Amino acid sequence: MAQSMKAPTQQPKQAAKGMPYWVEPLFTIVALGGFVVYAIWETLWHNTGTYHNYVSPFFSPDVAGWFGFHVLTALYVVWVPFLFRFSCYYYRKEYFRGFFFHPAGCAVAEPGSRKLKAYKGERRFPFNLNNLHRYAWYLAVIVLIFLWKDTVQGFIFKNGFGVGLGSILLLINAVLLTAYTFSCHAFRNMIGGRKDCFSCVNGKPSTGYKWWKRVSGWNQFHGNWAWASLFSVWAVDLYIRLLSLGILHDPRIF
Amino acid sequence: MSEDIVLSIYRGDKSGGEEVRYTVPLTPGMVVLDAVHYVQAHEAQDLAVRWNCKAAHCGSCGAEINGRPKLLCKTRLDDYQGQVVHIQPMQTFPIIKDLVSDVSWNYETAKKIPAFQLSQSAPLQMQQFDVDRVQEFHHCIECFLCQDTCHVLRDHDAKDQYFGPRFMVKIAEFEMHPRETGDRVPLLAKQAGLDMCNVTKCCTEVCPQHIRITDNAIIPLKERVADQYWDPLRALFRRKKTTTPTAPDSAPTIRG
Amino acid sequence: MSTQFATLESHTFDVLVIGSGGAGLRAAVQAAVPGVSVGIIGKSLLGKAHTVMAEGGVAASFGNVDRWDGWETHFYDTMRSGHFINDYRIAEIFAHEAPERVLELEEWGAVFDRTPEGKIMQRPFGAHSFRRLAHIGDRTGMELLRTLQYKAISQDIEIFQEVTVTKLLKDAAGRMAGALAYYRSTGEFVLFRTKAIVLATGGWGKIYKVTSNSWESTGDGGALAYRAGAEMMDMEMVQFHPTGMVWPPGVRGLLVTEGVRGEGGFLYNSEGERFMLRYDPERKELSSRDVVARSIYKEVQAGRGTPHGGAWLDITHKGPEFIKRKLPGMYEQYLTLADVDITKEKFEVAPTCHYTMGGVRAEAETCATNIPGLFAAGEVACGLHGANRLGGNSLADLLVYGKRAGEGALAYSQSIAEVPTIDPQEIEAEMERVMAPFSITHGENPFLIHEELQDIMSNHAGIMRSGPDLEEGLAKIQALTERSANMGITGSRVYNPGWHAVFDVQSMLALAALIFRGALARKESRGAHWRTDYPDELPEMGQWNFVQSVDAGIKEVPVPQMPEELARLFERGMAPGVWKSQQEGKEN
Ligand SMILES: Cc1cc2nc3c(=O)[nH]c(=O)nc-3n(C[C@H](O)[C@H](O)[C@H](O)COP(=O)(O)OP(=O)(O)OC[C@H]3O[C@@H](n4cnc5c(N)ncnc54)[C@H](O)[C@@H]3O)c2cc1C
Ligand code: SF4
Ligand code: SF4
Ligand code: FES
Ligand code: FES
Repeated sequence: MAQSMKAPTQQPKQAAKGMPYWVEPLFTIVALGGFVVYAIWETLWHNTGTYHNYVSPFFSPDVAGWFGFHVLTALYVVWVPFLFRFSCYYYRKEYFRGFFFHPAGCAVAEPGSRKLKAYKGERRFPFNLNNLHRYAWYLAVIVLIFLWKDTVQGFIFKNGFGVGLGSILLLINAVLLTAYTFSCHAFRNMIGGRKDCFSCVNGKPSTGYKWWKRVSGWNQFHGNWAWASLFSVWAVDLYIRLLSLGILHDPRIF
Repeated sequence: MSEDIVLSIYRGDKSGGEEVRYTVPLTPGMVVLDAVHYVQAHEAQDLAVRWNCKAAHCGSCGAEINGRPKLLCKTRLDDYQGQVVHIQPMQTFPIIKDLVSDVSWNYETAKKIPAFQLSQSAPLQMQQFDVDRVQEFHHCIECFLCQDTCHVLRDHDAKDQYFGPRFMVKIAEFEMHPRETGDRVPLLAKQAGLDMCNVTKCCTEVCPQHIRITDNAIIPLKERVADQYWDPLRALFRRKKTTTPTAPDSAPTIRG
Repeated sequence: MSTQFATLESHTFDVLVIGSGGAGLRAAVQAAVPGVSVGIIGKSLLGKAHTVMAEGGVAASFGNVDRWDGWETHFYDTMRSGHFINDYRIAEIFAHEAPERVLELEEWGAVFDRTPEGKIMQRPFGAHSFRRLAHIGDRTGMELLRTLQYKAISQDIEIFQEVTVTKLLKDAAGRMAGALAYYRSTGEFVLFRTKAIVLATGGWGKIYKVTSNSWESTGDGGALAYRAGAEMMDMEMVQFHPTGMVWPPGVRGLLVTEGVRGEGGFLYNSEGERFMLRYDPERKELSSRDVVARSIYKEVQAGRGTPHGGAWLDITHKGPEFIKRKLPGMYEQYLTLADVDITKEKFEVAPTCHYTMGGVRAEAETCATNIPGLFAAGEVACGLHGANRLGGNSLADLLVYGKRAGEGALAYSQSIAEVPTIDPQEIEAEMERVMAPFSITHGENPFLIHEELQDIMSNHAGIMRSGPDLEEGLAKIQALTERSANMGITGSRVYNPGWHAVFDVQSMLALAALIFRGALARKESRGAHWRTDYPDELPEMGQWNFVQSVDAGIKEVPVPQMPEELARLFERGMAPGVWKSQQEGKEN
């Protein structure tokens, strides 16, 4: 009588005992804030992110190269990941908690000043545009395709195939970004989540179901992918920047 | 051998009150509710506490223990050894007395959700993998701890604008049922106020039934609202509308 | 006339349902047809009633997994486990209608576990011939209650939460006319006038110390009806569930669902022996509850108990994946409350008071009692389960007889032109009685009286009983009842649990005496009732039910005799469906 059913839902981890509530928002402020500051520095102060066959994710794809305008080249692309992450359900949680204190922690009173203006959640501009997250996702997928192209390119050196530390970093970054992108809630909805019945056509699980199931599995860790891919982008870009500044030297492994 | 534990329990009613300290002998495996009962039987007969099952099934005993919304009957005292245990009623709802708050708003809200409707009669043909998703929502014990924690209700008191996470779970339960025919997306987009939620996940953190409220109910519902109300491409390919059920106007009263 | 009376809040209904558990809600849903006003009262919040605790499932002979199952077999199992003192007609209607009632739930939104064919899944349970219990993991009662709750709020039913009824009121002609109650939150009185009352207040498992029941199970309904003159039957029959938690002390008695054994768990004694093979080689762990409970009890008595006086239950061989999916509640319950991971270790269990088979005597077709206008359904009623209830039969009972009681009350209310009148003096006297504990200073503490009561019951009317022991217990109950007249409380009327407990204790004391009297009268061992001084089941005793009432004391009434065609079902000595399956086996 046993039949195949889902594994029991994973129990969410309880917030570590005794950790004060402000640790999490503080981390968000520092990490996310730090990244934004770094990204601004990177995009506004640099015009290229390429070092030999390595292309930094900030500068991929090379839209500037296609059109021939070579001013603030990173800006042609970074708005996509920015919109994607800004409208991402996970980052919404993080910035609403970390930057807006809506709320800073669960069952923690919001600071009085937060209550002066009527709270409207995601009802008003610009937050209502978060409803269009799926479009940011479409764009992000396009960018991701180019990122993979660059990743492959990261393994092709002047003298043919090779593996440098940079290639590996690029690969890890591409994998994490892919995991992040395809564990997206909007994707989960479009792949099958919007259906109510998966077997109503012929009594068997539809393909949509299998995908939805898989994506749901990845989705449980969407927050982890979100942070991991953020740090990997950061790390890869910084690595390439340091290479081109001549501060580091890329060790070849193969 | 028996150790003591100190409880600091809120005593008071609408007109105000304060925490009062009680010392209770600790027995192995004791939960907070046991200690409260001990106080009731030996020191303060009129100490008000709501409970039914003492087995985490009924969802009556929600309160705040050291500031965290929890079930009194599922919270072990050994987790608090060496500390004073502060017990307060849920803060989001008006107090009746001591640890009991007036949760009637939730029952009024429940009535605004149109009843389950089918276009066929039982027995229904449904596969287990079809119902897995909604069965998670059926785990809800209506403890209203998520309602208590949700800052939209707790800090902003927007009870007139948002039904709260519990009822998003309820709506998801109907909306995602494989054979249910009602379309509750318009309700979500308007009266139920789904867009008041900013997906900060506190409801999920406190749910004693480990329902992944935000990930599995709220966000998928937000996506459905986006499908119907925001996505221009989907607007072009909109399938035929299913019926939009409504709750009865003259909803009956719930008293007490 | 007092100001209290002049300002008394009052409501009038055609049908009033007391009790918002499964039976009460089902009755209300049934009675709420257009033009009929229905009110429902519960002692706690809506959807919190004792029914939420039910875990294992609801019995209905769909035959989805074992196709030989059918109403005859369900009827057979029910009568046999009840040791034939059940009302056959009640059991017959029940077995017939249970599947329909369960399907109705599915139409109202309940989502049962599924078979691979997409039908309602059914699991095996003790003493059911086939896999019969429709379930939702291990929280079937919650599903049932929640479904009915949401059904009820979509209908025109007026709901009263946290309101306690203290008295049923009759008119001069002895018909049901209303009930007096108070709001727990404010302590204010409220009067209900009505043509018909459905009593669905559940059982009285809280009489015992080690119990699986929720606080509500104080038998208010039984006591209210008894005081109003209703007949109470089979009061000696109290079910002890074989597997309750044993350790830690705080959770002693908390139920371990029969589903654990249904899904394949084994019982062992301290010597590692699977002792059920000895007591019931055929049905083993899935024998009827009375047998398994007694077996564990005997093992402990013989010194083969676990450290805290129970037996070991082991389901680890089923693997963590299976256990967490099929018994998620149990897994979590043991992990959080007892620090035991049941997927890795065996755990201790011991019998716990679980269900009260006895109750208000009601008629099979409409659930009418001997008081005109009073109908009873659910655990408070009596007749279906006889000497032992089968797991899963109670939830099905709530649905089948909840509906019938609703119908019965509806029809009766429509046959009466006007709401009967109540003597104001009676109301005033009752209000005075309810307020009395406030004026007693330094009185008895109701919580402590309750503890004493529980001790007496557990020591004198537990699993094992004997004449002298019962006599002594009864005397103690009488003494305690006298003391209880002096229960006093402190504080205000606003949500005062001490005050509330006074009435709970009064109800329990009234019923405790009935249990003792019934147990003394039944000089034999039958089903859940085990007397060491009369260890055998006696055919001549099996012809009687013991009925008690305020007016007539205790009397024997004959058990209704089955008509020919039903009696024939028992001739083969095996369940009809089992026989059919064997015949088919032979043919192939
Ligand atoms: C742990 C556990 C597990 C169980 N598992 C199963 C199972 O798997 N299968 C099965 O079939 N059965 C099971 N049962 C038995 C079953 O749950 C109960 O017998 C059944 O729920 C009783 O329902 P009811 O509607 O008669 O009463 P209840 O659900 O007990 O409801 C009684 C109602 O009456 C109200 N009430 C009481 N007194 C008053 C008063 N004075 N004034 C106003 N209102 C009042 C209460 O508030 C409540 O709303 C289980 C029982 C327990 C304890
Ligand atoms: S996720 Fe939404 S519903 Fe849940 S607590 Fe946060 S704001 Fe409230
Ligand atoms: S969703 Fe969880 S927290 Fe909210 S009421 Fe239900 S069980 Fe309680
Ligand atoms: S939800 Fe995070 S990327 Fe879509
Ligand atoms: S008392 Fe039922 S959940 Fe705590």
